[in-house]
Amino acid sequence: MNFDLTDDRRMLADTLNRYLADKYSAEHRANVAYDAPYHDPKKWAELVELGILFALAPEEAGGFGGSGFDISVVFEALGRANCPEPVLPALLAARLLISAGESLESLLSDEKHYAAALGEIDAPYDLSDIQTIAVANDGGHSLSGRKSAVYGGQIADIFLVAAKLDGKLALFEVQASDAQIETYGMIDGGGAAELLLDNTPARLVMNDAEAALQDAMNAGALAVCAEAIGLMDVTHDTTVDYMKIRQQFGKPIGTFQVLQHRAVDMLTEIEQARSIVIKAASELDGENASRYVSMAKNLVGRAARLNSEEAIQMHGGIAMTWEYPTSHYAKRLIMIDHQFGDTDFHLTRIMNDL
Amino acid sequence: MELAYSDKEIAFQEEVRNFFTSNLPAETVNAVRSGSELTKKMMVEYHALLAKKGWLASTWPVEFGGPGWTPVERHIFEEEACRCYAPRTVPFGLAMLGPVLHKFGTKKQQDEILPRIISGEDWWCQGYSEPGAGSDLASLKTSAVRDGDDYIINGQKTWTTLGQHANKIFCLVRTKADGKPQAGISFILVDLDTPGIEMRPIRLIEGGHEVNEVFFTDVRVPVENLVGEENVGWTIAKYLLTHERTNIAGVGFSMQALEEIKALARKVQRGGKPQIEDPLFAARIAQVEIDLEAMKITNLRMLFKAQKQNGPGPETSILKIKGTLIGQELRDLARRVLGPSAAPFPGTITDGNLALAPANAANNAARYFNNRKTSIFGGSNEIQRNILTKTMLEL
Repeated sequence: MNFDLTDDRRMLADTLNRYLADKYSAEHRANVAYDAPYHDPKKWAELVELGILFALAPEEAGGFGGSGFDISVVFEALGRANCPEPVLPALLAARLLISAGESLESLLSDEKHYAAALGEIDAPYDLSDIQTIAVANDGGHSLSGRKSAVYGGQIADIFLVAAKLDGKLALFEVQASDAQIETYGMIDGGGAAELLLDNTPARLVMNDAEAALQDAMNAGALAVCAEAIGLMDVTHDTTVDYMKIRQQFGKPIGTFQVLQHRAVDMLTEIEQARSIVIKAASELDGENASRYVSMAKNLVGRAARLNSEEAIQMHGGIAMTWEYPTSHYAKRLIMIDHQFGDTDFHLTRIMNDL
Repeated sequence: MELAYSDKEIAFQEEVRNFFTSNLPAETVNAVRSGSELTKKMMVEYHALLAKKGWLASTWPVEFGGPGWTPVERHIFEEEACRCYAPRTVPFGLAMLGPVLHKFGTKKQQDEILPRIISGEDWWCQGYSEPGAGSDLASLKTSAVRDGDDYIINGQKTWTTLGQHANKIFCLVRTKADGKPQAGISFILVDLDTPGIEMRPIRLIEGGHEVNEVFFTDVRVPVENLVGEENVGWTIAKYLLTHERTNIAGVGFSMQALEEIKALARKVQRGGKPQIEDPLFAARIAQVEIDLEAMKITNLRMLFKAQKQNGPGPETSILKIKGTLIGQELRDLARRVLGPSAAPFPGTITDGNLALAPANAANNAARYFNNRKTSIFGGSNEIQRNILTKTMLEL
């Protein structure tokens, strides 16, 4: 048993944390996260230069990572900086392309931007609800339907789309130039798109893609859970620091026991969340991946809401302002529950597996 | 990161499991499984079984008779003990006084007292709390006044667990009345046969006799029974409490409880379906299962840290808080799954064939009530939050 990171992952974490601390200030983040293209292309190129994409794929696919712990290290670092760069869509695409046996070259070299179009308005979380339809024609395929909240869709060149072919889930590639795309920003920063498909030409990448799609969902859920750990660590530290300096009734508010105990409860839940994310990361490539990812997503969702709401409450008015960075961390912590299944969705999965 | 046990640890796990399955008396296993009160004989025999194997003083250094286990091996031992429904070892000599004497005892005290803990000649109990000193332990009033080569002790201790079986008690006593309360406390060892001591049972909420109150009237104790210097007892008390908190997460017990609840909930019917398919009940089970799965890792992380830094740190308070909350939630579910069958007062149905609940669950309501103690004793969960506030948040 060993809970230390390997030297390689330690270095990766240090590199990313140092870069983001130096180059991705809260002020810079606020300047780029909410206006098109909802990230900073220059900083993105620098992160790619640092190897962030290679960390998402194993050696045999041209990367140097790809395991659950590589993903958690990368996304925890992104969370610490509340970084809106589109690493998540690259991760989803990498998992899908690996499952399909496709080349990752244009993804890892950042020659093309990929986005994974999985969920729909009426099918946000569960793959079995997907309604987008594929039909075969002229030796190829065409797709009809609407894909919603496609992360990174605002800058994507290529969409990997989940659609039903003869009643079964399959994976297709759609060129951005062939589809109607409505891009937008997110309330917690970063961007996404609606992908409107109407007999849109598509290349069949993989038949019987349910397992591959579930694997991508699992990796995405693990990633945002790890991101939440980074976000919570910073939010909690910031809150405790504030309790030391903010004076009311002639003394620091951190001397009030009612606040002290609540700050301890936040910490307890962060440690529990960290533990379950470690477990889920260790199981990501195993047969129980979905079960442990569901456990992580549920617990992280609860811990994130507690930390977000308590951070705002204990800061008083100041964390309600746009100018104070904690407000943006708090938003991201809440909105993570809207990605890849919320606390109730994942609790139901565990209930069905008792 | 490697969550799995090493080959050596797996081999050890098998050794422990085999030891328990072939050596635990069935009667003891049944008593543990059903949460019945264990007899003194069961506990003494269990200690002797482990002592013979060299496994009793599992946390002690090798030079004092410990097996030389790593924290992870100790965890494996505890986990297997729970899985096999072994009793808990009685902690007062092994987990409390032992570590205190290793660190603060004289050579003479170590040589005389420690072997008698392992051999079972002595059964120690704890004299900490008083009617007026619970969470505010430093306000304790039981006094020890120097008289020649003796102290004369007067006062009252309470919540003395299993004191009815003990022949010795370690006490915190006041040796200085003025100044800061913490700076006037001493740690002293007392023979319960000494004249002037009276032990009275306290019956607990569920009806059991687990704790006692102890009255001291002009009790003469030799000065050499002091551990450490006079008036440094508070340092010793805090040291002891940190040790008490290790393994307090109770992960093994909670895992067993969860399995037993699930087994019951698959059998009991609610509206034509097993209780486990009732969404409200299933949601609570699922949530506590998730929290427990995380707790397992939190516990291992803290053990790993303790192994690296040679001893548990203040973060073990997290284990106490969350571990007891999970345990209490499980005891609540274990009670509820039985419905009205949980209600009979244990022991009042004399014909076992007419029992409403299976034997291993008949005490589930009693265990729920008894288990409320876990967030109160060993430093209440509120005191643990105070400790974390100071140590981790530095507020």
